[in-house]
Amino acid sequence: MIPYLPHSEADISAMLERIGVSDIDDLFADIPASVRLSGPLNLPESMAEADVFRILDDLSRRNAAKLLFLGAGQYDHVIPSVVNHLTGRSEFVTAYTPYQPEISQGILQALFEFQSSIAAITGLPVSNASLYDGFTAAAEACAMVLNARRKSRIVLIAGTIHPFTKSVLQTYFGDLDVEILEISERPESRGRIEKAVLAEAVETAGEELAGVLVQTPNIYGALEDLSGWAEMIHAAGARLIVSANPLSLGALASPAEWGADIAVGDTQPLGLPPCFGGPSAGYIACTEELMRRMPGRIVGETLDSEGRRAFVLTLQAREQHIKRERATSNICSNQSLAALANTIYLAAVGPKGFAEVSRRNIEAAGALREKLVGGLGLEDYTAGAVFNEFTLRIPVPREVWEAPFEAAGIASGVWLADLDSSLPPDLLTIAVTEKRTASELERYTACAREALK
Amino acid sequence: MNLPENLKYTKSHEWIRVEGDTAVIGITDYAQESLGDIVYVEIPEAGTELTKGDEAVNIESVKVAEAVYAPVTGTVKDVNGDLEDSPELINKDAYAAFIYSIAMSDPSELGDLMDAAAYKAFVDAQD
Amino acid sequence: MKTHVNQDANQKAAAGFSGSSEILPAAESRTSFEASRAGAPGYRFPDADRPRPVSPPAIPAALIRRDPAALPELGEVEIVRHYTALSRKNYGVDLGFYPLGSCTMKYNPKLNEDAAALPGFNLLHPLQSDTDAEGTLELSGRLMEGLCAVTGMAWGTLQPMAGAHGEFVGMKIFRAAFRARGEEKRRRLLVPDSSHGTNPASAHLAGFEVITLPSGPDGLLTPESLNPYLDDELAGIMLTNPNTLGLFENRILEIAEKIHGAGGLLYYDGANLNAVMGRARPGDMGFDVMHMNLHKTFATPHGGGGPGAGPVLVGESLIPYLPFPVIARKEGAWIRDWNRPESIGKASGWYGNTGVLIRAFAYLLSMGSDGLKRATDLAVLNANYLLSLLKGDYDAPFGGPCKHEFVLSAKSLKDATGITAMDIAKGLIEHGIHPPTVYFPLIVQECLMIEPTETETRESLDRFVSVMKKLRNLAESNPEELHAMPRECAVGRVDEVKAARNPVLSHMMKMKRPE
Repeated sequence: MIPYLPHSEADISAMLERIGVSDIDDLFADIPASVRLSGPLNLPESMAEADVFRILDDLSRRNAAKLLFLGAGQYDHVIPSVVNHLTGRSEFVTAYTPYQPEISQGILQALFEFQSSIAAITGLPVSNASLYDGFTAAAEACAMVLNARRKSRIVLIAGTIHPFTKSVLQTYFGDLDVEILEISERPESRGRIEKAVLAEAVETAGEELAGVLVQTPNIYGALEDLSGWAEMIHAAGARLIVSANPLSLGALASPAEWGADIAVGDTQPLGLPPCFGGPSAGYIACTEELMRRMPGRIVGETLDSEGRRAFVLTLQAREQHIKRERATSNICSNQSLAALANTIYLAAVGPKGFAEVSRRNIEAAGALREKLVGGLGLEDYTAGAVFNEFTLRIPVPREVWEAPFEAAGIASGVWLADLDSSLPPDLLTIAVTEKRTASELERYTACAREALK
Repeated sequence: MNLPENLKYTKSHEWIRVEGDTAVIGITDYAQESLGDIVYVEIPEAGTELTKGDEAVNIESVKVAEAVYAPVTGTVKDVNGDLEDSPELINKDAYAAFIYSIAMSDPSELGDLMDAAAYKAFVDAQD
Repeated sequence: MKTHVNQDANQKAAAGFSGSSEILPAAESRTSFEASRAGAPGYRFPDADRPRPVSPPAIPAALIRRDPAALPELGEVEIVRHYTALSRKNYGVDLGFYPLGSCTMKYNPKLNEDAAALPGFNLLHPLQSDTDAEGTLELSGRLMEGLCAVTGMAWGTLQPMAGAHGEFVGMKIFRAAFRARGEEKRRRLLVPDSSHGTNPASAHLAGFEVITLPSGPDGLLTPESLNPYLDDELAGIMLTNPNTLGLFENRILEIAEKIHGAGGLLYYDGANLNAVMGRARPGDMGFDVMHMNLHKTFATPHGGGGPGAGPVLVGESLIPYLPFPVIARKEGAWIRDWNRPESIGKASGWYGNTGVLIRAFAYLLSMGSDGLKRATDLAVLNANYLLSLLKGDYDAPFGGPCKHEFVLSAKSLKDATGITAMDIAKGLIEHGIHPPTVYFPLIVQECLMIEPTETETRESLDRFVSVMKKLRNLAESNPEELHAMPRECAVGRVDEVKAARNPVLSHMMKMKRPE
């Protein structure tokens, strides 16, 4: 018995009679016998709710609950209680994409508010209703700039962006007539890209250059100084894409302030748990000039037949399901519910709270960095400004470093060589969010001290 | 079907008015009718070089995005800037609202285009 | 009949129908930005034991934000009321029937939500070690085993976040396989005219040239239609089976033989898998690569557009090309295998929408082999029952039996009365029912594509039939009334032309624009 399958045997008989067949098997007579399955699927039999829950509960307990100093794109932040309660309302949860605006004004307006929130934090007026994640958002942004300049085929990417973004870009563009070229950092630039190096690459690319993608804070946690980048890139007829941790934008310069044409990133820090990487959402915002190249779902404001304000999916003409093989993107969904959580998070913290939490991340990371660099004398790879994570050179073998942390139930940071094997094996990136307390930082420092003994 | 006799036509539903070495280009009444309410027209900048068959213009209605292809080779001469704010001009009168013009580099390509009667026969065969 | 009237009223009230005028005050249609109130208390971040650096971190002035983000200022109570009010202007499966063709809007079990909310899953960071992530990795591995059992494929990836994302990954796997064989010139990909629109778009983005195949008059593909393309440039074919008309492609084995014979590959779009679980498997039909839509077939919620999950499954020989990392078993433990030299690369940043995968695994366990087959049986029963009751009132271009969905056409109705498929859709809304998919597939005029799913009772189907018949009668007796529907929703029919001509996509754009 499956509680979700409501038919009684009497219902089934009456329905078969109405259809004019004697058995459900008859409804599958059009499947050739040669492909019809003869036995049951190779799976266990159905189970009761409580039995299933026990299995899932056990599995969840077999994950190690650690004190997290891990970042590199996913972070352990405070989430206001209202976020999950409101996002979990089943009118939102159990709805499809809002194709029928009359009975979808709730999610449509919420997504309009999401777009408005993304516009507010990036400073760019045009946002869509979200993409899969920050990594694929970067790929979609590259597609936009490639399509926006006739005959362009090169995108320059800063070598300091997340290695997984590089891999996703390779997947998206590897089979097309597009070149993704990396601008390298110099060893003395302390994990940052210098404008002079960029200038050279821009000049070499010439008229085939579509745009430049840079991430700040970057994979080391370092902030890139993008002063003068947009001017130089625009003068070359190309466009600037800035990828940013959205939470950093409470305190740090917005993509619009850097003169970016497109801003992208991952919304996980805005009210979503890490959950092994998903679901979160990708955000993408752009200037009005690029508005009609924006991929994915977009909500717009309009009027109904009686002149009342209404929201509706718009700019759908470029959508793949209409344009089919002439499409420039195949995305036809978004991460609505994650975007809703982001929207409620940003409304809950408000403008002051957004600036506050952003500053607190800077402070918390600064506090631990002081202890480890100033106190314990560890080498700071990212000397200079950071947001909520920084990279150290660890002078002892990885197992030696990790042993005391493991014993204390602490995940001490991300070894960057795990993300990109070409990076030095001693680089450890440590994330500290507003959720970490002073005593937790003390525990961290104690473990570090022991590891270095 | 409204099909002025003095124009030439393509199978992709463009009309062409020849003025000396210049080809003035728009979309036919049949095309605007099937697109429905046009919401946006993306036009190349003057000076853009086009080869016959290049995707020159993108027209979007609420539900459809369609490309308009260059019917002849040449350089974009004039563009109809009014369409930027008022794309509906094409719905109002498809033959009054030109989209752009091309300074032709090889006017002999005009020979490939249809006259009104041939285009009408072509459209009738489509339906 | 009286019961129906009462149900109407209940469902409408539940869905916040007649919202704007009575239940919801006008102020509630303000956005959070318009409702912003200067000085409202924001969220209070933790004060206890707060870490503070001895010297504040120095950040150069150029890197500091100058214009604060103009977010709304609201108190907690206002936020709760605002989003609760919005939820009441939204229709979901929990409120009523949702026969949206091709979308499989079945009931989303609550157990699955509880499972996904477990803190042990939620607080796991994607860069914790395989040992730390033991529970989630085992769940992922066992889910993959289950998906393979259902589909007859060999292994797969959980990374793709949606069906279209899965299609793209599948097409990349095609490319990688041809490259490995030294057959890069295989670029021609066949897609039937009844396919989902994402199919050609995904193929195009992976660098394939798309060739559209016409369906036969019976709505099915014939093996003969492939003949002109069976050469060394053929990449393969993308198929949905049953197809979007709800019909099983009964010559699939001949099609597979021809494609394979010419060196091509077959891709299965799993959007319609709900029609065949426990009855037939794509792997046995000759498919090489496929995606599943867990948000359809495996009952994870659609969430107003996402997040979904579109795992991609492949046959044995294509396993090397899967995106990395691949879930694998090593010495009894589930791990992430990153050492995949022939992989197409990463499809997304992490390992897919894990929260959705947890729900899907709970569903797999709950249903088991017997439940999945019964779900398919009842989905097909429900669809055929509806078809048998409606085919007298609307055109049924392909007769029956259908699989889990079927198409009707309002073409005759339109010719006779001027009432279109869209008018019928809006009339259903007026009666508290979500409309079917309209105007798709493109090859059927005035198409209504109806997928009841297995979780609807016979009573619910009967009510739908009675409303459909009522609307048909109204089309003849009073088309004007039908044209004006819906009248009792938060808004009436909206002006899509205005929205697209002068886009207002954010509060910022609205503020900049002179009214």
